[in-house]
Amino acid sequence: MVTIINTLIDSLSYPFVRYALIVGVLIALCSSLLGVILVLKRFSYIGDGLSHVAFGAMAIAAVVGLADKMILTLPITILCAILLLWTGQNAKIKGDAAIAMISVGALAVGYLLMNLFPTSSNISGDVCSTLFGSMKILTLTRTEVIMSIVLSVVVVVLFIAFYNRFFAVTFDENFAKAVGTRANLLNFLIATIIAVIIVLAMNLVGSLLVSALVIFPALSAMRIFKSFRSVTICSAVISVCCAFFGIILSILLGTPVGSTIVVTDIAAFIVCIIAGKVRG
Amino acid sequence: MDLLTCKNLKLGYENITLTEDLSFSVEKGDYLCIVGENGAGKSTLMRTLLRLQKPLGGTIEYNDDLTASKIGYLPQQTIVQKDFPASVYEVVLSGCQNSLGLHLFYSKEAKKRAMDNMARLGISDLAKWCYRDLSGGQQQRVLLARALCATEKLLLLDEPVAGLDPLVTNEMYELIDKLNSEGITVIMISHDIACSVKYAKHVLHIGNEFFFGTVEDYRKSPAGSKYLEGGGHHH
Repeated sequence: MVTIINTLIDSLSYPFVRYALIVGVLIALCSSLLGVILVLKRFSYIGDGLSHVAFGAMAIAAVVGLADKMILTLPITILCAILLLWTGQNAKIKGDAAIAMISVGALAVGYLLMNLFPTSSNISGDVCSTLFGSMKILTLTRTEVIMSIVLSVVVVVLFIAFYNRFFAVTFDENFAKAVGTRANLLNFLIATIIAVIIVLAMNLVGSLLVSALVIFPALSAMRIFKSFRSVTICSAVISVCCAFFGIILSILLGTPVGSTIVVTDIAAFIVCIIAGKVRG
Repeated sequence: MDLLTCKNLKLGYENITLTEDLSFSVEKGDYLCIVGENGAGKSTLMRTLLRLQKPLGGTIEYNDDLTASKIGYLPQQTIVQKDFPASVYEVVLSGCQNSLGLHLFYSKEAKKRAMDNMARLGISDLAKWCYRDLSGGQQQRVLLARALCATEKLLLLDEPVAGLDPLVTNEMYELIDKLNSEGITVIMISHDIACSVKYAKHVLHIGNEFFFGTVEDYRKSPAGSKYLEGGGHHH
């Protein structure tokens, strides 16, 4: 026990571990807030599709040799989010087919680019960490940390500011439109925020595991609570706790941080199922 | 006084015209029933009245003080709502979203209006219940209370009794009738012609046959007598 605590105190003395904790908790908070809307709007798959797009964009950024990859991945992912929502509404190509197309396309192009223009000798290591997150605790540059904090704060502020409208447009889009709420604008705002969250969360858990961070806390909270507000708050609490303990666990056990967080989320989900059953 | 007037409306989508040359008006305190076959354009007409969709031709004139955001709408339920975790109060309160304006949160008046309308429809004690745990009839009452939060003048109801059992259906009709007698104008789409004729003041029949006029005239008209012969079970 003493050695565990000592390892913990030891690791926490490194700034990059503290950065990782702060950023991880913030990202978890953002993703869980939007996750509730995403799940209820039946948009879960858009999150998944976008994470693959972000992978492709990341590969391009690596090939071009950008030091700060977010400059490229963020705009591309936002653009695709808007595109997916827009095609979904116009239904020329069915929404789910469009998403499948774009997401596997981006995955293939990304992997191809990484192989054609290798930036390091360890391609499979690069690919693996982009897909599943860093092997060890994530190391972020100072700009990445500041960027993550700023974007997280923006997302949380936007969510609180538009909370009532988001609820209205999620529960009943037709009614919202009928009484003059600008539903399309709100949908685009939601899509943009989701894109931002996915790009942020990719650093933490990797592109394949991003959806887990978005969906699990929301589904867990829905098992227990019965109002939108309590589900949202519970989802945020679960997500923040899981991210925090997930990162701590990954330090102690030396496991990959992304999958450890997701496993913690799964554990929380199982607990919530049981709690929901008990509550009836 | 006419609340809204439609002149030579042409409804449909890009290449398909559903209804042409539709002219009718709705006066204050009216109870208009829109009937017709499936695919006749009933829902399209309602979406057009709500300004969710543009008419292919013709005009709709609204009375000065009736802006689109002041119409109360009861849409058909969507799949999304079936397992939606929201309390009754949250759903009813969302009917006040047209009074949000540039504000971020609901005002005290809006919250009071939500409470009042829940009391009006007898669902105050369900305020903290989860919407998905309610029966079909209770859910419709909640959505009706939400629609009332958006308006004091005009309710547009899209098949308000779809999927309800006969007893609850009657309760729903009585409730709508009561609201109408309190001065709220009602426009309702219905499949249930017998009941429509029982409660409504005017009937608009669109589709293969066209009729617009009072209920008495509708009974005598070719369109009305044909559909009423079936005992109202014509779908």
